[in-house]
Amino acid sequence: MPAVEVKNLVKKYGSIDAVKGISFSINEGEIFGLIGPNGAGKTTTLRVLSTLLSINGGTVTILGHDLSKKSGEIRKLISYLPEDAGAYKNLSGRAYLQFIANFFDPEEVPSMVKKGIEISNLEARIDDRVDTYSKGMMRKLLVGRALMTKPKLAILDEPTSGLDVINAQEIRKLVKSTAQTGTTILLSSHNMLEVEYLCDRIALISDGKIVEEGKPKSLMEKYKARNIEEVFIRTVRE
Amino acid sequence: MSGLGNITKKEIRELLTPATFVPIILVALIMATMGNSIQDIQEQSTAPPTIGVITEDNSTLGVVASTLLHSHAKSVYNSTSTADLQKGLETVKQHNGVAVIIIPRNFTERITQEQPGTLQVYWIMKGAGLMDSISSSALESLITFINMNISKELIRENTSINASFVLTPTQRVETTYFKNREFVGLSPSTISGMLSSQSLLIPIVMMMIIIMAGSIVIASMALEKENKTLETLLTLPVKRTSIVSGKIIAAAFIGLILAIIYMVGMQFYFSGFQFSSGVNLAAYDLVLTSGDFIWIGVSLFLALIAGLSLCMLLGTFAKSYKSAQTLTFPITMLAMIPMFITMFADFETLPLALKIFTFAIPFSHPMMASRALLFHDYTLVIGGIVYIAIFALVTISIVVWVFKTDRLLIGTTKFKWLKALKRRR
Repeated sequence: MPAVEVKNLVKKYGSIDAVKGISFSINEGEIFGLIGPNGAGKTTTLRVLSTLLSINGGTVTILGHDLSKKSGEIRKLISYLPEDAGAYKNLSGRAYLQFIANFFDPEEVPSMVKKGIEISNLEARIDDRVDTYSKGMMRKLLVGRALMTKPKLAILDEPTSGLDVINAQEIRKLVKSTAQTGTTILLSSHNMLEVEYLCDRIALISDGKIVEEGKPKSLMEKYKARNIEEVFIRTVRE
Repeated sequence: MSGLGNITKKEIRELLTPATFVPIILVALIMATMGNSIQDIQEQSTAPPTIGVITEDNSTLGVVASTLLHSHAKSVYNSTSTADLQKGLETVKQHNGVAVIIIPRNFTERITQEQPGTLQVYWIMKGAGLMDSISSSALESLITFINMNISKELIRENTSINASFVLTPTQRVETTYFKNREFVGLSPSTISGMLSSQSLLIPIVMMMIIIMAGSIVIASMALEKENKTLETLLTLPVKRTSIVSGKIIAAAFIGLILAIIYMVGMQFYFSGFQFSSGVNLAAYDLVLTSGDFIWIGVSLFLALIAGLSLCMLLGTFAKSYKSAQTLTFPITMLAMIPMFITMFADFETLPLALKIFTFAIPFSHPMMASRALLFHDYTLVIGGIVYIAIFALVTISIVVWVFKTDRLLIGTTKFKWLKALKRRR
C-alpha cells in the first residue's frame, strides 16, 4: 500500500485553478520530490496533503486514511514543515519543542524533546529565547521539531530554504537518514542538486499539472540531460 | 508622476482596506442610531413636565403656587382634596407624568406666620439614568421658581419681613415611587445619585476587561499569523475546538484575574459609599447582597467569554499585529456604547429600537445587572445570562467553523463585495 496516493487532485482559490487534477503516489520509506517553478502549485499540494486546505476535486489517501474524512487521524501520523515557518518568540528552543511534543504520547515527550535537540544541533543555545536565534538556527529548530515526532510521513516545503551551504548539507543528511528509518518524505525544492541528491523519485509540476514523473536518473536519460536542472527547464518550456 | 504623488497614491492604496473602513462605517451607523434615539428621549424630556396638582389652599399664596404650576407645567389632574392622591398618581402615571404636588390647606397660613409652607411632592420615577431625570429636574426648577415668586410676593406685601425666611418661604416633603417601591423622604435625583454610585463602576470594569482581554485574543491570532506558527499549529494532532477554546480560556483567565481584582476594589468602594449621601441605603433595601454579586460575577464572566469569542472571530481576519490593533476598535466601541447608554438612561425607559440594540450587545448585561438586582429584577439578569451564553456558544461555533475552512489561511470569501474590495488592493 502506498503511503500517499493522490488521484486527480483539484484545488481552486476562488476562480483560480491552483492544482488541475494531478495524480501521483509515494511508497513507504521513499523520498519524493515535487519540483516546479514559482506558482506551479507545489506549496498548495503540500498544504492539501498536510490537512491545511480542503480539496475541490479528486481523492487523497494518506497512510490508508481518506484526507476528506479522516484529517484528524492523518494529523497524528504526519509532520509538516512550511517553507516560511516560525516559532513562538517568547519561548526558548527547548520550551518550543516541549510544547509541540505535548500534543503526542505523554510517555514519548522526553525522548521527543531529546531527539529534537539532537536533530537541531542547538544544545548550546536550546535554552535561549527563540527570538535570539539566527535564521539558520531557527530553521534547524523547525526541522528538529518536524522530525522529532517520528512521523510516518514528513512533508517538507523547501527544507533548506535560506540556509547556508553547511547548514543545508546537514539538513539534507538528516532527511536522508530519517527516510532510512522508515519515514516517508515528501519535499519540494528549488535546488535541483538537492533534489538529485535526496529524492528517490520526483514529479515535475507546472501550471497546476504534473508534466513529468520518475527517478532522477531515468528522467535525465530520457531527456538526455546532464542534470535535473536541464530536465526541469525542458519540461517546463515544453 | 512626481515622487510625492507616487508615494501618496501608494499609501492611499495601502490604507484603503476593508479593515480600515468597515469598523468605522459600523461605528458611524451605531452612533447615528444612538443619536436619533437619544434625540427622541431629549425631545420627550425637555417638554414641560406633566404633573397633577392638588390644591387644598385657596388663600393668596396657595393660588400663586397653583397658578404657576398650571401655567408652567402640563397639568393632567386637578383636585382640591388630598384623599384623591392615589387617583392623581394613577392619572399622572397614565400620562407618563412626573409627579403629583399637593399644596396643603395651611400653606399660606404657615408662610404668613413666617414658617416654611410645605409643598408635598409625590414623584413618579421612571428610570435612574441621567436622561430620565431631566423631567424631574424641570419640575424641581419650577418649584424653585414658585419659591422665588412667593418671596417676591412677601417682600411686596411686607417690607419688614424676616430676611432669611423670605429667601426660602417653602419647603418640600418628598416621596418617590420607583419600580413599585415607595421611597419616603427621597427625591428622584437623590435615588439616581445613590444608584449611580452603586452601579457606575461595573460598566467601567466591564469595559476595561473586555478591551484588555479582547486585545490579548486578537493579538494572539495576529501573532500566530505574523510569526508563521499558525500553519504548524493547524497540522498538529489537536482539535480545532481545543485551539479556539484554549485561546479563549487563557485570555478569560487573565481577564477573570483582572475582574476579581476590580471586584474586590469595587466592594470596598461600595462599602465606602453606603452612607456617603447621608442616606442609609440598607434602610431602603438598596444594597447588593453576596448572592447578587455572584449573579453579577456569572454575568461578567459569560460576557467576557462572549466578548473573547467575538474577538477571536475578528482575530481570524487579522493579518498582522498592526491590523489587530485596528480590529480592537469595534470591540472597544461595543464595550463603550452600553456603558454610556446605561449611564444616561434606564433599560426600561429606552425606546424599543435602542432597547433591542442594548440587549443584543453582550457587554450590556453585566452593566445593567447591578441596578436590576437592587430592585430584585431577576428576569432581566437571568434572561441576560441565558442570552450571553447562547451568544458565546454560537460565536465559538462560528470561530471553530472558520478554523476548519481555508479562510483562516488564504482568506477566501464567498462575498462578492469583499472580493471586489480585495481586488482593488
